[in-house]
Amino acid sequence: MASEAQAEGTGLVFHPMDQFIVKPLFGDGPIHWYTPTNVTLWMFLAIVVITLTLVVGTRGRAVVPSRSQSVAELAYGFVYRMVEDVAGKDGLRYFPYIMTLFMFIVCSNFLGLLPMSFTTTSHIAVTGVMAAAVFLGVTVLGFALHGVSFLKLFWIGAAPLALRPVLAVIEIISYFVRPVSHSIRLAGNMMAGHAVIKVFATFAAVAVISPLSILAITAIYALETLVSFIQAYVFAILTCVYLRDALHPHH
Amino acid sequence: MANQTDSHGAAEAAGMPQLEFSTFPNQIFWLAVALVIIYMILSRIALPRVASVLAERRGVITGDIAAAEDLRRKAEDAEAAYNRALADARAEAARIVAEAKAEIQADLDAAMETADAEIAAKVAESEKAIAGIRASAFGNVETIARSVAAEIVEAMDATSDERVIRDAVSARMGGLGG
Repeated sequence: MASEAQAEGTGLVFHPMDQFIVKPLFGDGPIHWYTPTNVTLWMFLAIVVITLTLVVGTRGRAVVPSRSQSVAELAYGFVYRMVEDVAGKDGLRYFPYIMTLFMFIVCSNFLGLLPMSFTTTSHIAVTGVMAAAVFLGVTVLGFALHGVSFLKLFWIGAAPLALRPVLAVIEIISYFVRPVSHSIRLAGNMMAGHAVIKVFATFAAVAVISPLSILAITAIYALETLVSFIQAYVFAILTCVYLRDALHPHH
Repeated sequence: MANQTDSHGAAEAAGMPQLEFSTFPNQIFWLAVALVIIYMILSRIALPRVASVLAERRGVITGDIAAAEDLRRKAEDAEAAYNRALADARAEAARIVAEAKAEIQADLDAAMETADAEIAAKVAESEKAIAGIRASAFGNVETIARSVAAEIVEAMDATSDERVIRDAVSARMGGLGG
């Protein structure tokens, strides 16, 4: 898959994937696991944004909230209610973890919308680790809480006996596909939108189609703003769904 | 496809940068660091703070609602007392009106009685006066009739003595003079 293609004759050079390159922040050396890279920078900017919203914004601790405090309370209430509604009351113990994931993803997604920025959540390494952590955590939790009876998640008592083995196979496959779809959904959405914007931006170099191109960029940018939030929401709510399966495996 | 990238600089992506496995340890390490920091910030500072603010607000709202309920009950009590006072005042006013009416009625009755008596006395007096007037009028009528009869007899050139005329007139007027 080429990230760029020189369109012969037009002189347009497409580099839609260059925005996703991981680069060292200082110098040009090899990337070790500890090297501060643009990943580091944008993740720490996400931390800064989260701190500004949730810590600095609420420093007044006002009963009648200021605007910034309202935003923090809105975010808190949004995720809290989602965990409560989807995972149940006993899922609220894991609310800080889900809040961490949601805030990180939503802030990274929105930071990625800034021009010249780097979208950490467009990398499968990042979303994959989060999805794997959710998958492992939920599975371990299920066995820790219910022991072997957690496996009843795959043995559907409501179905006819003859169908149960077949359903069990399907359920097991779908269970193990979860982290894959969980991670690729987020990374794919973020990557595709940003790449499409970049392609349209390249077309803006041609005077004749540049108005159309800029219009398209605007439209896709609006769509991406929506997608940035929705994907964070989807990631968090799926985490809640998996958590509910671990807490209550007996449908 | 990858061979195309050779002609470009090293800063350009060869294929999908997402599949550049050499950068994975770096990304995973920094992701872990970032997530741990965010988790610490949220669980230590942000979430307890927001939770306490929300709890405090709920407390304040519950307290305010209770106070409002209390005040409402007080207002209802006050309204009931007011209504009771109003009803009492109405009853008092009605009683006073009835009393005054009865008093006035009594005064009126007494006044009517005296007036009736006075009127009756006046009527009797008047009747007496009228009877007197009528009697005197009849006396005069007889005298006039007698003299007229004497004149008529004289005019008819007849002679008669006074006694005969008087008797005749008295006999004719017997029904009237009484």
